[in-house]
Amino acid sequence: MTRVALPSPAFPPRAPEGAGNLRGSESFPDAAHHELANSQLRRNISNATHTIREKRLQVTGELPDWEQLRDSGSAIKTDVMNRLPELLEQFEAAVTARGGVVHWAQDAVEANEIVAGLVRETGSEEVIKVKSMATQEIGLNEHLESEGIRAYETDLAELIVQLGHDTPSHILVPAIHRNRSEIREIFLNEMADVDPHLDDDPASLAAAARRFLRHKFMTTPVAISGTNFGIAETGTLGVVESEGNGRMCLTMPQTLITVMGIEKIIPTYADLEVFLQLLPRSSTGERMNPYTSMWTGVTPEDGPQSFHLVLLDNGRTAALADKIGREALNCIRCSACLNVCPVYERTGGHAYGSTYPGPIGAVLTPQLAGMHGSHDPNSSLPFASSLCGACFDACPVKIDIPSLLVELRHQKVEQAAFGSEAAAMRAASIAMSSSGKFTVAQKAAGLGRLIAGKKGKISALPPPLSGWTDARDIPKPPKQTFRQWWGSAEGQREIADARRQAHE
Amino acid sequence: MRIALFATCIGDTMFPNAVKSTALLLTRLGHEVVFPPGQTCCGQMHVNTGYQPDALPLVENYVESFGDESIDAVVVPSGSCVGSVRHQHEVVASRYGTPRLCGQVETLKAKTYELSELLVDVLGVTDVGAYYPHRVTYHPTCHSLRMLRVGEKPLQLLRAVRDIDLVELPEADSCCGFGGTFALKNAETSTAMLADKIRNISGTSAEYCCASDSSCLMHIGGGMTRLQMGTQTVHLAEILASVEDHAGATA
Repeated sequence: MTRVALPSPAFPPRAPEGAGNLRGSESFPDAAHHELANSQLRRNISNATHTIREKRLQVTGELPDWEQLRDSGSAIKTDVMNRLPELLEQFEAAVTARGGVVHWAQDAVEANEIVAGLVRETGSEEVIKVKSMATQEIGLNEHLESEGIRAYETDLAELIVQLGHDTPSHILVPAIHRNRSEIREIFLNEMADVDPHLDDDPASLAAAARRFLRHKFMTTPVAISGTNFGIAETGTLGVVESEGNGRMCLTMPQTLITVMGIEKIIPTYADLEVFLQLLPRSSTGERMNPYTSMWTGVTPEDGPQSFHLVLLDNGRTAALADKIGREALNCIRCSACLNVCPVYERTGGHAYGSTYPGPIGAVLTPQLAGMHGSHDPNSSLPFASSLCGACFDACPVKIDIPSLLVELRHQKVEQAAFGSEAAAMRAASIAMSSSGKFTVAQKAAGLGRLIAGKKGKISALPPPLSGWTDARDIPKPPKQTFRQWWGSAEGQREIADARRQAHE
Repeated sequence: MRIALFATCIGDTMFPNAVKSTALLLTRLGHEVVFPPGQTCCGQMHVNTGYQPDALPLVENYVESFGDESIDAVVVPSGSCVGSVRHQHEVVASRYGTPRLCGQVETLKAKTYELSELLVDVLGVTDVGAYYPHRVTYHPTCHSLRMLRVGEKPLQLLRAVRDIDLVELPEADSCCGFGGTFALKNAETSTAMLADKIRNISGTSAEYCCASDSSCLMHIGGGMTRLQMGTQTVHLAEILASVEDHAGATA
């Protein structure tokens, strides 16, 4: 009898390796090492995050029902995740009924091929783009480039990143790591027909970008967008933005292609009321964003006459099948967690190696793309947090990011426990399982007194503890542990004295 | 009240003064302080590093050590260990333990308090009669601040201390960068966070940086001694237990 060995089906599939931007080339600590050394980046990011932080606190503080809004947002998204298939079917039917064409993409590879095919059908070799995380995630621009199609980002910050041959460092403010003199340099080097006397005044820089983009808006027949929300009830899509460039893309071209992660759905039009309060306040610290654009299918002789919607999975079904992943999918990409995160503040977004940086990225990225063994850079992401909890407080839909990170760490260890660390943890567990064993271990810790010597502190230890002593001392362990003092005559005398004082 | 003292593994081994101070303070306030000798560690390090099954024996040991029904409250001079007892023990117990353990965890969760919570919420004291003639700045550790929501309680207690010069710490609610094994796994990022914390402490010209968590103080203090800064760390309990002796010095 022939034995047939079939590969076990990995269902639901994670986002594929080698396509898109959900996996960096280095572990978080290695990537952070480079970023931490960049003092300009540290300063730019610190200034920007502190400014947005203050603004957010101000505008959320002025709403008396902010906490209830957060609860509503969380409840709506939880409901969406619990009945996602049903809502997606309803959504597809509504989009189709209004003249849109719906495509389903299992992953980044499929989505890129679908979009490239649609652009080719139009005959255009150029597309203009609305700022979109989904297309960043799948690496659409790079794919289009390989097909001979040039994609132009129209969001000012995305344009800066694109012209700078760089990758975004933030979900909302992709060029957060750049300052205006760096931007001037990029424009001078990369923008055709730019005034060689361009100064670094923000208004001058914006004017240069406007001249560059206006021409694109007027001449490019195809636009590609993502979406902030897709409304199941009506088939409506919506984008919130600050500059209005998105609206130009959504109205001027003949063909509009939208790539939407399947978790972006909300059930009804009325639900927008909650999210249009939560999102701008959390992301830019504004009461309302300047432009909110919504479109439903096609309208004859008004706006794009051909509308395609690509519904992207790319690991979302896999995330949905997992308790942690399901909660992480509630994310509305406001980036409030990035702006309050002390780790993000020091390392910036590039250290995470993913389109989704910061605390939510550390949860979402390994969920979408998986953690394949201890050498996978994504395996280091759940540990890229001090678990300080600022992200949970800031999240407009109350995603308990620290708890999710702790659970992901658990999953990581279950999949691939680290050799010496696992042994040390096991040893510590045994040593602390009873006071008898613990007392023996404390005696060993007392040896630290020998290492400390007369200096009274320990300043050098072997790896992995050298990570600590590279920058920090450890105090000399005390002569007596607490329990030794408690059990001593001196300890009992002091307690007796304290008892007398209580009765005085 | 009959109050059981949970020294915590790091408090017992490395920072006995903070634990001693807690014991003496509560005794002076007229309470019976007991030290269940079977206690060791809350298991936070195991859970936070991903080794949940290894935390089970520690959770079991905690409930065995403090399960005595005559105990009215358990006091812990550490916000993060209380966070672990409140938020992590039930995860570990429900996943790897027995239904009986889950019940014991629930019972103990309800009567385990961080020191400032016990003093202000349970015992109703804000002025413990302490005397501390020093310039002090207070760092609210992340777990006290966000997991326990102790809020103003430690500051209420500090403000009542006689002769203290309490100065506000800029960016107080930013993490110091400790984060348990984070300080080892991401040592450079942790150090960058510590550098900013120390800069803010230095700006206050305080003689002492105070907090309610020895582990965070070990991190901050470890950075400050390396820099020969001359600012020391002190646990909240040590300040609150400090009184004027007959010679006029603090004891």
